[in-house]
Amino acid sequence: MLDNEPLTSRYQGRDFRLTRRLWPRREGNPAMKTPCAEPLPAAFAAAMLPGMMIPARLLCLACVATSFAFAAVSATGPALAQDRPVAFMGAEVLPVSGPPIPAGVVVVANGKISAVGPAATTPIPADAERIDAAGKVIMPGLVDTHSHVGGGWGGDASGPMQPDVRILDSINVRDSGFRKCRAGGLTTLNIMPGSGHLLSGQTVYAKLRRAETIDDFFYHAADGRILTGMKMANGTNPQKEPPFPGSRSKSAAIVRQKFLKAQDHRRKIEAAKGDAAKMPDRDLEMEGLLDVLDGRVIVHHHAHRADDIMTVLRLREEFGFKVVLHHVSEAWKVAGELAKARVPCSVLVVDSPGGKIETMDMSLVTGAVLEREGVPCALHTDDPVTDSRLFLRSAALAVRAGMSREKAIEAVTLAGARMLDLHDRIGSLEPGKDADLIILSGDPLAVRTKVLQTWVEGRKVFDRDDPDDRLFAVGGFGSSRDQKAHACCTDVRLSETSR
Amino acid sequence: MNRLSFAIALLTIALTGGVGRFDAVAKEKPAAVAVYGDTVHTMAGPPIENGVVVIVDGRIREVAKAGEATIPAGATVLRGKVVTPGLVDAHTAVGLTGYLNQEQDQDQIDHGEPIQPELRAIDSYNPRERLIEWLRGFGITTIHTGHAPGALVSGQTMVVKTVGDTVEEAVIRPAAMIAVTLGDDARPDGGDSKTKSPGTRSKAVAMLRGEFVKTVDYLRKQQGADDEKKPDRDLRREAFAEALAGRLPLLVTVNRATDIDAALRIAAEFKIPIVLDSAAEAYLLTDRIKQAKVPVIVHPSMRRAGMGETENIGFETVATLRKAGIPVALQSGYEPYIPKTRVVLFEAGIAAANGLAFEEALASITIDAARIIGVDDRVGSLQPGRDGDVAIFDGDPFEYTTHCTAVVVDGRVVSQSPR
Repeated sequence: MLDNEPLTSRYQGRDFRLTRRLWPRREGNPAMKTPCAEPLPAAFAAAMLPGMMIPARLLCLACVATSFAFAAVSATGPALAQDRPVAFMGAEVLPVSGPPIPAGVVVVANGKISAVGPAATTPIPADAERIDAAGKVIMPGLVDTHSHVGGGWGGDASGPMQPDVRILDSINVRDSGFRKCRAGGLTTLNIMPGSGHLLSGQTVYAKLRRAETIDDFFYHAADGRILTGMKMANGTNPQKEPPFPGSRSKSAAIVRQKFLKAQDHRRKIEAAKGDAAKMPDRDLEMEGLLDVLDGRVIVHHHAHRADDIMTVLRLREEFGFKVVLHHVSEAWKVAGELAKARVPCSVLVVDSPGGKIETMDMSLVTGAVLEREGVPCALHTDDPVTDSRLFLRSAALAVRAGMSREKAIEAVTLAGARMLDLHDRIGSLEPGKDADLIILSGDPLAVRTKVLQTWVEGRKVFDRDDPDDRLFAVGGFGSSRDQKAHACCTDVRLSETSR
Repeated sequence: MNRLSFAIALLTIALTGGVGRFDAVAKEKPAAVAVYGDTVHTMAGPPIENGVVVIVDGRIREVAKAGEATIPAGATVLRGKVVTPGLVDAHTAVGLTGYLNQEQDQDQIDHGEPIQPELRAIDSYNPRERLIEWLRGFGITTIHTGHAPGALVSGQTMVVKTVGDTVEEAVIRPAAMIAVTLGDDARPDGGDSKTKSPGTRSKAVAMLRGEFVKTVDYLRKQQGADDEKKPDRDLRREAFAEALAGRLPLLVTVNRATDIDAALRIAAEFKIPIVLDSAAEAYLLTDRIKQAKVPVIVHPSMRRAGMGETENIGFETVATLRKAGIPVALQSGYEPYIPKTRVVLFEAGIAAANGLAFEEALASITIDAARIIGVDDRVGSLQPGRDGDVAIFDGDPFEYTTHCTAVVVDGRVVSQSPR
């Protein structure tokens, strides 16, 4: 079907997939590009003359050709565009943006959805590959608004607010956690640094294409900017020895002071009126905060207790940033206030309350209460707190506690897309949106249902029938190779388990 | 219903389990309870369609087709789509570990010494712990709980019902097993411990063997004719002597195949009964485990993957072991963070979705679990003479969206709100 399937070789009993990069990368921020995923073989480098320019794609091809040892070893293939329309035939289609279609068709072309509708009335392009999905369920790829997969780390121990730090500089795209995400039907993640800071750094919105480098995961704005969020937290997690705060009031004061400084910085920029000589020196921290203050970047704010939630609303009021509240263990106590403020909430669903004092009143009912009160509600995995492969289970448990099926399914797709401001591209099956979808064996909320295939931009990135993919769906020997645990909350007890 | 009362109603369901609040559990046993089910899974024979379980004075008197049973006058009547025995969690630390995860509610492990088999679970158990009530609301009526993995020998375990104001009221086996950990988790915690041992796998095994060699000596001296030469009583030796006598099996928490193998080696050397716990890589050694006739209490399927020695866990392990003829049960395990406990009902759901038939999955949290922890003469199946422990569901218990609608323990209705 696709002429860019990776070559497979066996080496010391293991499958090594040698990836070829014969096509140019997708357009992106040139500053982020790396010439090759793997170090240049010494022999090859020695043959180069100083100043010799070699196109990146040839260089990569050369890497592969030189030897197994230096080849770009990847369990996935390169991120490439879809090259032929695909029509998924006969499934029950859940577009999320509209009512279910009992015997439906989804047509995708050039990485986008081109048609969604009943089988009887939806035209299929003549050159389309037809995939029989009768008896199956097709829905949008899942959107996880809060994940720690990829072994990324944000800010370090030097201070409580580090808006200059980008998680994208530390993520291993070969981490088997990403393969488990695809096995669970996840196609977009908001990859977050931890909650051990008031502001632990910039998150990255990741599209789970087959990837060699982090570039392959990026979403870009029209101007080429990489789409990111900003991670903030309050409550007990960021509290520790100075320069970190020791109380909730101190936490808020540190945040306010830093944002005031950013407002000053902005005033200086405005006063320069474009005159380079009068411009203040560039400051990465200030640039990060101005992205927030100017509304280019959404704050993703960890908060458990009701009073911490109210503190975030207060800061938002003062500085006017866009914010999504995360975890919100006690959102059910202040649902009315959240509804009035129209602040979206992304909810963590776990098996039991407790684990720390702030989560003692955590409840499966949060999603149902927020729905009832009209608060925009998504769900998230907080992987490793819950397993990405069981993300749909979170939606089902929310239904167990009273949320409607429709809103629960929306909460793991379109609602999450809205909270990342990506709803014009993902989260539902509508013509023009990215062709990110999953094929399920049945009802998305049933325990025995399996994710059979996951597609990103019209390319299959997971297939349960492929033994190599299946390992990551069910676990077993080798299923966590290269997977790094992220101590998401700088909690000593959690880090003990990863010792 | 206005918004507030709706929210409160939902919260009542999710937070308290309705009348399942501890102080609301009636002490006196009702004269009789009759539980009707569209399907009654007795776990002592084929399921009964349209069946009834009759409980009198806390014990099951009759399990039969609805029309064929004698219902005592004045019996409390409960109904549901699916009726099962009260569920059995084959291994947890709940009651010793509490939901706040603060120092004052964490008694599941003492890091002072690496080997402390004399620590009894009954001396730490808090029957009012909120997590016990949480589990009970999902139909879990019996738990095997006690000292957690994380030290070479962390202490004893016990079996309790999920009711009772005191441990005396709750307990059905005050000493069930001795909790042993091999592998990386057996190493003492960084700065916390006075000792550096065991620092390696081999050292851990040597230390454990040394304890049994000493205990054999202790017993020999104690049985000598000369009272003067008899050793002083020693709680540690007494606990290990119970293991050597076969009365207190070792519950060996292991994950890597290397450590599973080491556990089997120790069991064979000293002829001690053991139960393998967690056992992430058990599927690599099915022949040896089966040959040793050792049961396995498999890790929670949702245990965080990709971390240390559990990196090779799989959803299909329970099915693989069961197919190989190894007795298996499921557990909620010990959780050090959020969530503070898992729910064994959910674990069985994952197992049922990954290779186990419905009744096989149910057995892993009822009769098979009860057998492994030595209480199958009282719980785990619905048959005359067994304890009156019943869970009632409004659908397939393994479906995420099904509710546990009522729970009966020892003939008392302890929860009647859907969870």
